Amino acid sequence: MGLPQFASLMNAAPATLVYAIPDPLPLDSGQVLEGAQIAYETYGTLAADKGNAVLVCHALTGDQYLASPHPITGKPGWWERMVGPGKPIDTGRHFVICANVIGSCMGSTGPASPDPGTPDSAPYAMRFPVITIRDMVRGLVALLDGLGIERLHAVVGGSMGGMQALSLAANWPTRAARVLVIASTARHSAQNIAFHEVGRQAIMADPAWAQGDYYAADAKPDNGLAVARMAAHITYLSEAGLTEKFGRRLQDREAKGFGFDAEFQVESYLRYQGSGFTRRFDANSYLYITRAMDYFDIAEEHGGKLATAFAGASARFCLVSFDTDWLYPTAESRHIVHALNAAGAKVSFVELSAPHGHDSFLLEHEQLDRVVKGFVE
Amino acid sequence: MTLRPDLAAIAAHVAPGSRVLDIGCGDGALMAELESASGCDARGMELDGELVERCVSRGLSVVQGDANLDLANYPDKAFDYAILSQTLQTATRPDLILDELLRVGRRAFVSFPNFAHWRTRAALMFGGRMPVTRALPVSWYETQNIHHVTVEDFRDLARAKGATIERAWFFANETQIGAPAANWRAEFAVFELSR
Repeated sequence: MGLPQFASLMNAAPATLVYAIPDPLPLDSGQVLEGAQIAYETYGTLAADKGNAVLVCHALTGDQYLASPHPITGKPGWWERMVGPGKPIDTGRHFVICANVIGSCMGSTGPASPDPGTPDSAPYAMRFPVITIRDMVRGLVALLDGLGIERLHAVVGGSMGGMQALSLAANWPTRAARVLVIASTARHSAQNIAFHEVGRQAIMADPAWAQGDYYAADAKPDNGLAVARMAAHITYLSEAGLTEKFGRRLQDREAKGFGFDAEFQVESYLRYQGSGFTRRFDANSYLYITRAMDYFDIAEEHGGKLATAFAGASARFCLVSFDTDWLYPTAESRHIVHALNAAGAKVSFVELSAPHGHDSFLLEHEQLDRVVKGFVE
Repeated sequence: MTLRPDLAAIAAHVAPGSRVLDIGCGDGALMAELESASGCDARGMELDGELVERCVSRGLSVVQGDANLDLANYPDKAFDYAILSQTLQTATRPDLILDELLRVGRRAFVSFPNFAHWRTRAALMFGGRMPVTRALPVSWYETQNIHHVTVEDFRDLARAKGATIERAWFFANETQIGAPAANWRAEFAVFELSR
């Protein structure tokens, strides 16, 4: 791009691009983040008029590796089935951007980043300011400014990504022409907060967490983070999906062992999910991002009325929910649709049938593909 | 694409550039016609998720919703026209739906199969069973039509609701027919109302 702020991040992720936000980033807490940077990936080519940009926002533990291999796990991008040449979000037509949110740990500024306010630039750890979804979006808007993109062709997100898409539409209504929100909500419910609190307490109960100052230590709070992931993972699946996948089947054994090893397949699966997660995610980032989600309530930001948040919106909206998603159930999407109708916004909404609960948005689903393609095109 | 005759009549009489809500929009045929031919801003509501998915896939703004419940969220007079095509007779409370149509739309189009068509009358009179006809092809236990209505019933309801019948069109055998004796001769009716 030729802009001096752009450079490659050399340490963890060789391919990623990094944008250094030139101005201090004001936060909802009243604090300011100095020298923040945003790590991002792009796919496709930006048109001369910069009118073909699609921003895809990632979920809680997601990252910018949307349609390219993850540098740590080597696994394909998290939405590769949706984004690519000829795919529903067609990189042959659109310039697709995916950026790591602030607070995360894949190259964007977060609790593991050096704190410029300390003499030795030690990691922020718990000195990192508590952020909100809107703060994450402030970072994304700064990136769009840096890329010279005034108005996105579309902003797309599932789960926490959908929260960012809604926040962008509510707070920066001119920045996106289309807003696609999948399996998401306009506010975190008591149940959502409760599950997150279990995860946070699991991390903070791990002695290795050490009040967040573990970056120089040999041991990291991997046990706590793994338990947090295990608990959260259950909320991403449906009971029927778990039963179908595992039932009461035992793992590598013929009979119950009368002990506490991972005897059931479902236990083994969760332990595997938990330990795999600790290889790629920072425990403090998990604390900060779950907190940001818990604070999320768009209506509260707009005088208590959700329709007010979208008054005068010129974007087209599309909401998609899944019938087995009990984390962000259809009623939450419908609540947003009603507010958008009241605001006179142009909105589509469909509840899709899928067996896999909240995670359905990441999995094979032909109807979802058609809706995404038809809406984003 | 050829529109169903009642939809074609509606499409021909919606003013270009209007804001339109099509309730029970099905696969979006009328909405697509109104957007492409008349430059309308068309929104839809449809109960069947697969039909909604087809609408959204073709770029139409359609919400999966139930006309009995989900109209309440639209502001008064949010649309120039509210359209209810062949859905009135499936509603839990057609009278309340009609109120909502006239609240969210400055004008309303309502189309429905006329239960007083002579074939229906004859089938009931001579067959002694619930009629299964060209216009009402599904047997009584499977049909979604839970509130059968006639042309005269509808006129009475409109009067009771204080609505003005601006225009009406009648169809038999896929063809428009005249208004005289429509309650005998029409298989389908379309009314344009205001209040």
